[in-house]
Amino acid sequence: MDIPYTVTARPDTGLYNGKLGIWLFLASEVMLFGALFSSYLLLRVGAEVWPRGETILNIPMAFLNTVILISSSVTMVLAWASLKMNQFQKARWCLIGTFLLASGFLVVKFFEYSEKFAHGLAPKTNTFLAIYFTLTGLHGLHVVGGMVVMAFLFGPGAKMWRVAPERYTNRVEITGLYWHFVDLVWIFLFPVLYLL
Amino acid sequence: MQPIPIIGAYLSAANAPGGVMLPEFYNQLGAMHGTIMVFMGVVPLAVGGFGNFVMPLQIGAPDMAFPRINMASYWAYFVGGVVMLASFFLPGGAANSGWTSYVPLAVTATVGQTWWLLGMVLLITSSLLGSLNFIVTIFQLRAPGLTFMRLPIFVWLQLVTAYLLLLAFPPLEAAAVLQLMDRVAGTSFFLPSGLVVSGQILGNSGGGNPLLWQHLFWFLAHPEVYVLILPAMGIVAEVLANNIRKPLWGYKPVVYSAIFLGFMSFVVWAHHMFLTGMGTTMSAFFQTTTMIISIPSVVILTSLFLSLWGASIRFTTPMLFALAFLPMFGIGGLTGLPLGLAPTDIHLHDTYYVIGHFHYVVAPGTLFALFAGIYYWFPKATGRYMNELLGKIHFWGSFVCINIVFFPMFIQGLAGMNRRLYDGGIQYAHAQTAAKWNMPMGHAAFALWAFQLFFIFNFFWSIKKGRRSPSNAWDATTLEWAAAPSPPPHGNFPEPPVVYREAYEYSVPGHPRDFTPQNEPETKRDK
Repeated sequence: MDIPYTVTARPDTGLYNGKLGIWLFLASEVMLFGALFSSYLLLRVGAEVWPRGETILNIPMAFLNTVILISSSVTMVLAWASLKMNQFQKARWCLIGTFLLASGFLVVKFFEYSEKFAHGLAPKTNTFLAIYFTLTGLHGLHVVGGMVVMAFLFGPGAKMWRVAPERYTNRVEITGLYWHFVDLVWIFLFPVLYLL
Repeated sequence: MQPIPIIGAYLSAANAPGGVMLPEFYNQLGAMHGTIMVFMGVVPLAVGGFGNFVMPLQIGAPDMAFPRINMASYWAYFVGGVVMLASFFLPGGAANSGWTSYVPLAVTATVGQTWWLLGMVLLITSSLLGSLNFIVTIFQLRAPGLTFMRLPIFVWLQLVTAYLLLLAFPPLEAAAVLQLMDRVAGTSFFLPSGLVVSGQILGNSGGGNPLLWQHLFWFLAHPEVYVLILPAMGIVAEVLANNIRKPLWGYKPVVYSAIFLGFMSFVVWAHHMFLTGMGTTMSAFFQTTTMIISIPSVVILTSLFLSLWGASIRFTTPMLFALAFLPMFGIGGLTGLPLGLAPTDIHLHDTYYVIGHFHYVVAPGTLFALFAGIYYWFPKATGRYMNELLGKIHFWGSFVCINIVFFPMFIQGLAGMNRRLYDGGIQYAHAQTAAKWNMPMGHAAFALWAFQLFFIFNFFWSIKKGRRSPSNAWDATTLEWAAAPSPPPHGNFPEPPVVYREAYEYSVPGHPRDFTPQNEPETKRDK
């Protein structure tokens, strides 16, 4: 028994199963972050005083992180493109590069967090910091989730390239879709929390 | 106050000294009853159970699109369920702030609430994984020839349900994360400034908004109501079509209504919040959308009723449950209208009327449909029928008792009796006139429980000893009966089915039999 359309696209939908699955998953993620952004709006509108992000947060570090994440999206696309051109080694290095950039993002985030804690700024200090830590923390978990998948793909999961190259390429593609979403969430988070 | 008869003696002295429940314990039972029945009972059974078993068979698929995600969904549900049930053994017991977990009460509640939130996150994850699997399966794995307008109604309604689960649950996940932060990290998302608890000012940073929780919660929980009812309607449609032996009346109106209902269910949530002071403009908007959403529900119910017209009905046990669903859901739905209109809701809000309305929708509504589904698809899962006589005793007993349990709630609610009174209202002057109904309701509830024993016995006895059924046990047209053996093997179908027809071609003139399966090739006579 084989489940149809695991690798090839179904003609009437134009998608293979995994790709439709990841798009639906991302739709639910949009609702998750959408709810949190809406909460942010409601809390901010209802607040008597709301600190400007720049007075508390470190904009240069966040800018550095923005650059890091956007670069990691580029290496992610390159990994998929290389597989499409049958260059497995190059793809593997691109995946490792993406992984390292993602780790870099977390390292910067770690320094940002510890700086806040060192100054006694915690989630319970005020509502702005509460939503800051919740949103960036949840985004950070998404980064970690993406890294786990990437580590699998350039590590033990890479064996699949030899037996089922198309399927492996698809896996990299949908990981990429997820990764671009994580990137996109950050591109919303950066101005909303740091700049506005 | 009187002790609870029989079971009161078995409750621990810490929770119910002398068999009389303490208010704290009553609140735990209330909160966990709602949570368990909705998130661990009806959704897993209607979607996880029936959806998972019947839907792939009806669309001619060998399995769900992602078997591993299916498994992950199950285990997330399992762990979430264990967390929920284990919370009863914590100091202070399980969550006791109502199944809605309204803040700030829930934020200052005992540790059971934290476990409730963790359990909810897991249960939501389970629904999320399940729902995306359902949508992908329905889009990608339909058999050749099975176009969307040939899908059985059950599959359509599962599809709409899956979208609701996929898009409505994440906001509750967000809300659960925020409440978890409030409880564990000491934030004040939902706590206003200067909150006083037990006579002391809470030392929180403040600035939060209790209404935010209610908005996020009901943004999920209203679509959730349709998650509870749509699969049930789907089951009823299948059972009805099979037992009236003619095509369902209004296939397309039902499908379009269900899709419209799915969209509308996202813009009605604040009709649960008319009394929160959110303003008359908001109330006016949400009562309008609420009146609009009642239209597609009525269209679906009317189509099912009209299908009975001129039919020669087979009164099998599943059909009895399906037939009972129609008026019972009708009562549940119509009693919802006064709750959806702000002026009448002011009187009825938080009374037993609300409990009666909701339970008419989900108990003799959804639960009866689930019973219909179990009796109907049992021969598919086991190759044997369930016993008809026991089934009919189960049906009539349940039907009579369940109405005695829930109908007096409308009277009590109209008389102004609140819900969530641990003493049943006996100590409250305003509840005196209506509290006398508690006694017959209580007795009927015990009798209702007793009649379920017939079902439980029938279920397990029939697995081994039931009358053997042919693979098409009910002379049905849909693929699960027409193309798969009973029980279906791994991979469901001996050979991949091909579909040539619409879902309910019963009693087609000129055909030798009164049913024409979907996978029967077209002959010259058809054209």
